[in-house]
Amino acid sequence: MTQARDTFPPAPQDDDQYMNAPLSRQIPLQTSQQVTGQEPRLLAAGPDADWARHRETFGPWEPQQAGQGLLNALGASGLTGRGGAAFETWRKAMAAAGSRRKGLLAARPVLIANGAEGEPLSFKDRTLLAHAPHLVIDGLLALAAALGQTGSGGSGPKGTSPRGTSMYIYAQAASLPRVQRALSERPGGKRIKLVQAPETFISGESSAVVNMIANGTALPTDQRRRLSESGLNGRPTLVVNVETLAQVALIARYGAQWFREAGTPADPGTRLVSVSGPAPTRDVVLEVPGGAQLSTVLQEAGMEPAAVSAVLVGGYHGRWVRPAAHALSPVGPPGRTARPGAGVIHALDLNSCGIQATSRIVNYLAGQSARQCGPCMFGLPAMASVLNRIAAGETNPRLASELDRLGRLVSGRGACRHPEGTTGLISSALEVFAGDFRAHLSGYCAGPGGVAA
Amino acid sequence: MKTYLHIDWTSCDGRGLCAELLPGLLDRDDWGYPVARGKTGRERTDVPLRDADREAAQEAVFLCPKLALSLLERTAPEPEQRTTGR
Amino acid sequence: MDEALWAFGRVSGFVSLALFTASVLLGILNRSGRPLLVLPRFSISLLHRNIALLATVFLGLHVGSLLFDSFAKLNPVDIVVPFLGSYQPFWQGLGTVGLDLVLAIVVTGLLRHRIGQRTFKAVHWLSYGLWPVAMAHALGNGTDVSSGWFLLLAAASAVAVAAALLWRLSPYFLETSHARQGNLP
Repeated sequence: MTQARDTFPPAPQDDDQYMNAPLSRQIPLQTSQQVTGQEPRLLAAGPDADWARHRETFGPWEPQQAGQGLLNALGASGLTGRGGAAFETWRKAMAAAGSRRKGLLAARPVLIANGAEGEPLSFKDRTLLAHAPHLVIDGLLALAAALGQTGSGGSGPKGTSPRGTSMYIYAQAASLPRVQRALSERPGGKRIKLVQAPETFISGESSAVVNMIANGTALPTDQRRRLSESGLNGRPTLVVNVETLAQVALIARYGAQWFREAGTPADPGTRLVSVSGPAPTRDVVLEVPGGAQLSTVLQEAGMEPAAVSAVLVGGYHGRWVRPAAHALSPVGPPGRTARPGAGVIHALDLNSCGIQATSRIVNYLAGQSARQCGPCMFGLPAMASVLNRIAAGETNPRLASELDRLGRLVSGRGACRHPEGTTGLISSALEVFAGDFRAHLSGYCAGPGGVAA
Repeated sequence: MKTYLHIDWTSCDGRGLCAELLPGLLDRDDWGYPVARGKTGRERTDVPLRDADREAAQEAVFLCPKLALSLLERTAPEPEQRTTGR
Repeated sequence: MDEALWAFGRVSGFVSLALFTASVLLGILNRSGRPLLVLPRFSISLLHRNIALLATVFLGLHVGSLLFDSFAKLNPVDIVVPFLGSYQPFWQGLGTVGLDLVLAIVVTGLLRHRIGQRTFKAVHWLSYGLWPVAMAHALGNGTDVSSGWFLLLAAASAVAVAAALLWRLSPYFLETSHARQGNLP
C-alpha cells in the first residue's frame, strides 16, 4: 500500500455534479417497473400529460368538493410528507385547520405547493411538475378546499369563510412555464398564484418559502410560532411538497384503502425517487412502493448493488449507507432501514472515495448557508475545512475528533435545520466510511487506486 | 406552563451579555455565540428555564444588544421539529 | 437669584457634556463586545445607558435654569427650534440641535424593544453627530472658554473621543473578530 499523497483523488472540477443542479435537463420517465413490480400511480397519465389526458387517466373529478372527509381520509391513509421531513400530512393539515378556530376572526389559511427542490441531486419534483402538473393542482385545490371548510362550524361567531384558502405554487424558473400552461387549461386555475423559487439549496425550507412570498427573500426566518399557527401575513400556513399534494389528489379520488394497497403498513403508498450514480448509469425518476428494498431500486435504475460501495439516501441532509438489506422507509429497525427523506438515492462506485464525495458535499452546503446565524455561518465552513484536510490525507489524529466536536457544537443552533442536516451527513460518513477515515489519517486512500469518479 | 429563553439566531451576534447574566445556563462557542449547557436539539434554541433563572433571563432579554432574546411560555415541549421541507 | 441660575446653568452644562462624553466612550466600548477590567459586558451596557440618562437629566437642568435666567435670553421656542435665539444665535442654535438629537436618541433608546432594533440603531448613529455639536456649542457659547481648566478638559475629551473613534474603525475592534476571521466561506 503506497503512502504517497498523490494517490489521493484529484481536486474537484468546477462543473462538479455535486455543486450544480442541471436545471433544464430532461429526466426520462421510466415507466417500466419490472423489478419493483409497482404500477405507476403518480405518473400513470404518462409523459407530459395535458388536462384532457389527465382526466382520461384519472377520471373527471371536482377537487373543490373535498371537505372534512378528505382530512379523515388522509389520516386513515397514513400519508407522510414527501419533501424530506416525513410528517404525517393529516397532522400538519389539522394543525393549520385548528389554528383557524382561535381568535374572533377566522383567519383564511394559506396553502403553498413547494416545488423548489433546491437539492442538486433531487429532480423528482421538477419531473412531476413537468409530466403531471394537473395531479399536483388537483391536490392543491382539494386540500385548500378541505382547509377552507374546516374551522367553520359552531365554535366561533363567524361561519364558513366565503373566500377560502389562498393558494400558491412555488417552483424554480424552469418549471413555471409548464405549470402556467396547466393552470390556464383548467377552470379556477387563475386563483393559484405562481412564485419563482431561487436556485439555492435552502430556498425550499418552509419559512424561507413564506419569506420569499411575503418579502421576496428566500431565507429562513426565526420562528417563535409555528407556520401552522402564524405564517404568511400571520395566517395559518401550510407548506406541502408537490409530490405530497399529488398523493393527496389520488387519495381524494380513490380513498385511503386504495392508497394502502401499495407499500407496507408502516410506510404506505408509493414515492418518487431521484436515482443517480456513476457512469454509465443515467439519472432516472422511479415510482417505488413504500418500504422498497434499496438494492431493488438500484437494480431498477440499472445498477448492480455489488458494484456500489455506498449510497447516499435522502439527499445532502440524508445519510450514507452500505447497501445491505435496507428498506426505504421513514420508520423501521435501525441497520435495516434507510430513511428516504426527499427521495434522493445517489450511488458511489467502488472507485470513489466516500470522504472525497462527502467533503465536496459539505463544501457546497457551507457555501449555501444563508449567513444569518453564527453557528451555521462559521461552523459549517470550519467543518468543511477540517474535512478537506482529512480528504487530502493530512495525518493529524485530532482532525476526526475536531470534526466531531464541531458537529456537536452547531447542531440545533440556527433558525433552520441546515446545521443539523449537515452534521447528520458528516456523522453518517464517519460511521460508514470509518475504514477510509482511518486510512486517510494514516496517510493513504483505501479506495482502489484512490481515483475519484 | 414552562418558560423558555428563545434565541433568534438571525439577530444574534454573539456579544455574550446573556452568557454573563446566565452563566450556569449558557456558555459561548468558538465564535462567541451562546451554547445552552447540557442541552441538545431545539432546546439549544428554546432553552428551558428554571424559576430561579427567570429574573436573570428577563435582564438578558432587556439588555441583549441585538434584541435577539425573548421569553416564551409553552404548555408542553414542541413535538414538531423544524423541517428542511423540500 | 439670577446669578445663581446663570452659574448653575453653566455648571450643569459642563456636567452634562462630561457625562455624554463618558457615555460615548462607554458606547464604543460596549459595541466592541469586550469587558473592562472587573466590569462585565452587561455592566458596561448598563453604565452606558445610565450615564446617558443622567447626562440627559443634567441637560434638562441646564436648559431649565437658563430658561429662567435673564442673561441667556432663552425663549421656550429656542429649546427645540435652533438658530432663532437672540444671544449668539449660531452657537446657541447648536445647543438646540444637540438637545433635539438627545431627545431623539434617548426616546428611541428607552423604547428600543417597542420600535425594533433597526429603527433604534438608525437613530442611535446620530450620537456620533451629537458629540461634536455639543462640544462646539460649549466652546462657542460657553463663557468659561477662556479659562484654562475648561480648555484642558475639552482637549482631553476630544483626544479620548478621537482615539475611541480610531479604535472603532480598526480591523480588530470587535472581540470576536479574530475568531471569526478565518471562517467565512
